[in-house]
Amino acid sequence: MNGARQKLLDFVIAQADDAMVLGQRLSEWCSNAPYLEEDLALTNVALDYVGRAKMFYEYASKLEAGKRSADDIAFLRDGRDFRNLLIMELPIGDFAFSMARQFLVDVFNLEYMALLQQSSDAEVAAIAGKAVKESRYHLRRSHEWVLRLGDGTEESHARMQKGLDELWGYIDELFVNTDAEVALIKEGVAIDRALLRDSWSNQVEAVLQEATLSKPGVEWTVTGGRQGIHTEHFGHMLAEMQFLQRAYPGLEW
Amino acid sequence: MTTTSDFPLFEIFIRSNRGLDHKHVGSLHAKDYEQALEYARDCYTRRSEGVSIWVVKSSDIVASQEEDAVSFYDPMDDKPYRHASYYKLPEAVNNM
Repeated sequence: MNGARQKLLDFVIAQADDAMVLGQRLSEWCSNAPYLEEDLALTNVALDYVGRAKMFYEYASKLEAGKRSADDIAFLRDGRDFRNLLIMELPIGDFAFSMARQFLVDVFNLEYMALLQQSSDAEVAAIAGKAVKESRYHLRRSHEWVLRLGDGTEESHARMQKGLDELWGYIDELFVNTDAEVALIKEGVAIDRALLRDSWSNQVEAVLQEATLSKPGVEWTVTGGRQGIHTEHFGHMLAEMQFLQRAYPGLEW
Repeated sequence: MTTTSDFPLFEIFIRSNRGLDHKHVGSLHAKDYEQALEYARDCYTRRSEGVSIWVVKSSDIVASQEEDAVSFYDPMDDKPYRHASYYKLPEAVNNM
């Protein structure tokens, strides 16, 4: 595989991993959400992400000329080979934490996917085109939850604030381009993540203010997901996610 | 969920792609109209069942009661002339 193709493959797999890992985390709410209607709504979002991951993995498989199938890439790699952002893999926490994560990620994703629709790579652009519609709805939901919980009861406010505080150190990583991305940005395939930061901050801060929440004053920041350096939670998540394909290789539904 | 007064019941009506009217499909609990609309989308349009949603607070619906049946509907039983089939068409308009 030549260098340019390898970079594209790395980029596509990172996109797939982001969606897969967040989708897996969200699916943990299935049957555990606060009430039935929210359970259905949350798992719908989880399925959107798993579907997004499937499209990116299938494209990755195609770029590899079918050397590995989409399922192989998702279910037979070890943790160090995953390239998702760390914020996606954190345990679901309480409901406020999960909604805070969705909101912070949704604000990013909506703008990112909207720009990625213009990618010079037709397949990437097509997947982004589908994703942007989903993300618009995801943000509508998570935005409302941030307002509801932030400007809700004393307890819901405290929990939402705590969720934001715990997530804030993982935000920087959203805006860091990998080497592969830097090369792909020049070709018009990828989007420069760094350029989205101001707009993201403005949108998030406006909502926090409306929700009577404070912008976290967190000083620390952590990255590493794109290099395969994950949190201690990641292996446990993968063990559950990959169990079936590991125990029964090649099993199909 | 805390109490039902915190989460009132909403009745959901969906208009299908080719349908002209909204049909009742079920009900759900939500905090307010906005959330009811979103949950209706997630609970009742997952399989492309519709292109338009109405949500109505169940408490805003006034329904006829079982005990009204006698006074509401029975008087119609002996008024067959309210049905078109009661009338015999004259030969001249037989093909109407």
